[in-house]
Amino acid sequence: MNIWSYVVRRLLYTVPIILGVCLIIFIIFNLSGYDPAQILLGKHATAKQIAEVRAELGLDKPLIEQYFDIVKSAFTFDFGRSWASKQDIIEMIKEGAIPSLTLTFPAFIISTVISILLSLLVAFFRGTFLDKSVVIKCVGMMSIPSLAYILFFQWFFAYKMGWFEISGYEHGFPNFVPYVSLPIIIMVIISLGPDLRYFRTVILDDIYQDYVRTARAKGLTEKVVLLKHVLKNSMIPIITYVVIQLPFLILGTLLLESFFSIPGLGGLTVKAVFDNDFPVIKAMTILSAMAYVVFTVITDILYTVVDPRVRLS
Amino acid sequence: MEQTSKSLWQHAWDSLKRDKAAVFSMAVIALYVLIALLTLTGVIASDWSKEVGGSYLPPSGENFFGTDIFGRSVVLKTIKGVEMAIGIGIVTSLISTVIGVTLGLTAGYFGGKVDELIVWFYTSLSSIPYIMLLFAVIMVLGKGTTSLFLALGITSWPPLCRLVRGEVMRHKEREYVQAAAALGAGHRRRMFKHILPNIFHIVIIQFSLRFQTAIKSEVILSYLGLGVQGVPSWGTMIDDAKLELARGVWWQLGAATLAMFVLVLALNLLGDALRDALDPKLKGKA
Repeated sequence: MNIWSYVVRRLLYTVPIILGVCLIIFIIFNLSGYDPAQILLGKHATAKQIAEVRAELGLDKPLIEQYFDIVKSAFTFDFGRSWASKQDIIEMIKEGAIPSLTLTFPAFIISTVISILLSLLVAFFRGTFLDKSVVIKCVGMMSIPSLAYILFFQWFFAYKMGWFEISGYEHGFPNFVPYVSLPIIIMVIISLGPDLRYFRTVILDDIYQDYVRTARAKGLTEKVVLLKHVLKNSMIPIITYVVIQLPFLILGTLLLESFFSIPGLGGLTVKAVFDNDFPVIKAMTILSAMAYVVFTVITDILYTVVDPRVRLS
Repeated sequence: MEQTSKSLWQHAWDSLKRDKAAVFSMAVIALYVLIALLTLTGVIASDWSKEVGGSYLPPSGENFFGTDIFGRSVVLKTIKGVEMAIGIGIVTSLISTVIGVTLGLTAGYFGGKVDELIVWFYTSLSSIPYIMLLFAVIMVLGKGTTSLFLALGITSWPPLCRLVRGEVMRHKEREYVQAAAALGAGHRRRMFKHILPNIFHIVIIQFSLRFQTAIKSEVILSYLGLGVQGVPSWGTMIDDAKLELARGVWWQLGAATLAMFVLVLALNLLGDALRDALDPKLKGKA
């Protein structure tokens, strides 16, 4: 099959999913019975004030129109204004995206590269004490809550030792580097456990396949077998795992940004939760779901590049 | 000659008993459940809210993990927190298991339009990043313990549903199901009495995963003020630490993290052991 017809077919498949996502968001925000006008105005609002706010928020329209407002906003990115700051939400999101990415993107690259390299190393020493102790350490690291890592590292390395900025942010390279260094280190440490454990499994899955035995029988060294044969075949599960994380990079890291006062999207979301700022939460929910849908399409298309067999099925 | 054959469950139990990590994990989890039952019935830690000394007393022989801002014993709060952790784990995993198994069985067994509808619904639901979905549901339901339980339960079933559906599709044409049909078993009987026991290992493995995710989620939600209120939980204790650490008060963070670490580690190890024991095909998979 032609790759373009595959891409088109895959894109068409996202239409019902996007409509479904919008339906779920509609059920949560518009049908569940909470009254945003009441929350916005407080207990002492008059009936007239409430009616005005409901009209402003579009809650007096028929339900079907309210649903299509959500679908429309998923494509136009017109989410209205924040209740707390009265700012245009899409402007807030545009401002927050860059600080988020300066933190999440380097952390994501570093942790992925380290995890893949380490997983190849433990796969090389599979079954030995080194391998087993790495697996146990991964499980141990995964068992500590991320909040505890953040609290402890910020207190110890920034506050007590004074090696890093405690919190804050400055725009523009290289001004932001001192502010994001410690959050990047923390994020790498938090993702190392699950990543390494997963990649190791994926690589070990392949290592007992027949083609690996053939490669060894040809007299190839273990290094060549691992790096040229096994790694290539492990790429599909690794790509899935990696690309699916990308939308979360844009979403930022809720806790890290909030703790280090980085004005990114994660911090924005946390602030909206504290402020009961429903339009912002709704906008971030729609936006992150759209990002997820788009990136799953990209993953599927990447498969066909890595492994042409996928297109046939 | 009589030949004894063992069922999948007997095999699994035998291999679990040989696995030292699994036995250790089961003992730890049993201990936590016991503590939770004892605090629930008020046998221990019922006086956690009592003042035992001054504010922020460091750990000593008398108060092993010091005191909090109101002079309450951190050890007692941690023990009381076990109740919330086990409660959240069990209740939310149960809600999510019931929804996931029912929908997964229905989709996999009936196929066709019903299947398409259920698959469409869980694909849509899992397209929304989990944490955003949680925020949205809890904010709309109103903050509090009940909505925390509900939100964690009703948002977390898609992975289980997908696995159950796939497995049921493999089973529904097998001879034992056809035999049941020939004997006059109805759809419901075939689904729940015949197929479900054969795919139940998936449910158990997913349960142990859900359990620890729920406990970890509670910490993040408590930090955002969306979690437990009024009673101690590890989440609120870790959350308190953000103001305490600058004053050198580390013991509340330490105690809650340690208690949680041991439980989550045991659940992780048991999950791995269960997978190895119940699903030999997947041996060693992450």
